[in-house]
Amino acid sequence: MAKKTLDTKIQATDLCVYYGAKQALHRITLDIYEQEVTAFIGPSGCGKSTFLRSINRMNDLIAGARVSGNLGIDGVNIYDNSIDVVELRKRVGMVFQKSTPFPKSIYDNVAFGPRLNGITDRTELDRIVEESLINAALFNEVKDRLDASAMGLSGGQQQRLCIARAVAVNPSILLMDEPCSALDPISTAKVEELILELKKQYTIVIVTHNMQQAARVSEYTAFFYMGHLVEYDKTRKIFTNPGKKETEDYVTGRFG
Amino acid sequence: MSTKRLIGFFAVGTATLAIIAVAGLVVSTMGTFLVQGLPHISWQLLSEAPRNNNTEGGIFPAIYGTTLLVLVMSILGVPIGTITAIYLNEYTRTGAVLPRVIRFAVNTLAGVPSIVFGLFGLGFFVQFLGVGVDKAFGNTEAIWAKPALLWASATLAALTLPVVIVSVEEALKNVPREMRESSLALGATRWQTIWKIVLPNSTTGILTGSILAIGRSAGEVAPILFTGVVYSLPQLPDGVSSQFMHLGYHLFVLSTQSPDVDKTLPLQYATTLVLLMLTFTLNFAATFIRSRIRSKQLG
Repeated sequence: MAKKTLDTKIQATDLCVYYGAKQALHRITLDIYEQEVTAFIGPSGCGKSTFLRSINRMNDLIAGARVSGNLGIDGVNIYDNSIDVVELRKRVGMVFQKSTPFPKSIYDNVAFGPRLNGITDRTELDRIVEESLINAALFNEVKDRLDASAMGLSGGQQQRLCIARAVAVNPSILLMDEPCSALDPISTAKVEELILELKKQYTIVIVTHNMQQAARVSEYTAFFYMGHLVEYDKTRKIFTNPGKKETEDYVTGRFG
Repeated sequence: MSTKRLIGFFAVGTATLAIIAVAGLVVSTMGTFLVQGLPHISWQLLSEAPRNNNTEGGIFPAIYGTTLLVLVMSILGVPIGTITAIYLNEYTRTGAVLPRVIRFAVNTLAGVPSIVFGLFGLGFFVQFLGVGVDKAFGNTEAIWAKPALLWASATLAALTLPVVIVSVEEALKNVPREMRESSLALGATRWQTIWKIVLPNSTTGILTGSILAIGRSAGEVAPILFTGVVYSLPQLPDGVSSQFMHLGYHLFVLSTQSPDVDKTLPLQYATTLVLLMLTFTLNFAATFIRSRIRSKQLG
């Protein structure tokens, strides 16, 4: 592993998230490195999705959600008052658990983000759509029917379309919230392959319930439990020689 | 026979009776008007104006007036209803005071008798807004400060507002949360998300809302009684400040205000049939458009 030095992309310092009176995250402090895949694992309700959704401030949409502490991207605290959430979300793409193509054509789905950014030139849009679909390893399957409805795609294709849609706005971070939990093994393999390809360009954070997936795709793994960050280290270390008893119990399947 | 079976037998029996009663009611009502009205439906009836104190001739001005009325009503009411529904569903947090007040108002509105809407229309639109508009434009004679198509349409729009709001809100609620989040996560503003994702996915509901509103209001007479409808007209309305004739009101006129009620009996049946056909056609159109949009969205 003679690799580049690691640059911190996302830096959480004492990050707490509350839903009303309930505290969902307790003083999370961790660094996520640029152009690496970082996996968040832990049992349901442990706060991993909450943390993921605080990186692009999707939690803002939930009534009663509050945040304290710091969450920096490229050294800027995104919870600062001067931050434009809309601009932030253009830099931090997100792929959801349930694939959510818009009921529009494949082309219009991918062009949705670029159009929001005011790109109207057809050749420019064509280029972005093609490039994004190629990046999402979907282009060859759909190039003859870009004008067909996205609803006609298979589940795996829909999820890759959502990835294409997310990369079309050219973010630097890609958040994935259990992107394969609704997919069959073959589609899952394709998406995982894609993740490894995408990390050359993007910093990827993935929430997953699938231990093997975390082991396969990620370089770093954070184990969350009951709203606390229990352990964060190289994936290999987490899975072969974890520092904490809880982590070992979880990754070996003794609870969870 | 055991008690359980007896109860089952009883339940099925009463349900069957209820179905027969409802179906019978529909068939006998429709049947009466079909049998009595159909022979008198003619091109003359549909295309000519009434003659001889409404005892002869056709009902074209009433058809024309009714159509115009519901059109103007939709233009006024559907946007307001849609915007209200968007506000209630997209921009408010649960438990906030203002949306609760609005919701309460909408529900109350739905329970107000239609004649009260008529009085409200007379007081607010005709005597307040109308007078105000005339004053503002310096009109010496009353152009807007009298019952008119516009005021009747506005009154009907107020009457049907709850129908529009409820059905549009229902449609907005049906747009999955994930779809909204995906759009927001791509850097769309809240308004862009509503405009590009939520509304296009709610067209069915908005359409249903407007057609239900039209269906409800096409036959309403009370709200327009003081706000624009007239007994008979020398000519067709030539603008929204004109007065108009209306099928429902015409029916009332034919059956109670005519010098010879017996003579107008065929006309009454025919007019009723036309009114029924109008509302039925609208409802069928609504169902048809809805199913078309639905299958298109799925396909």
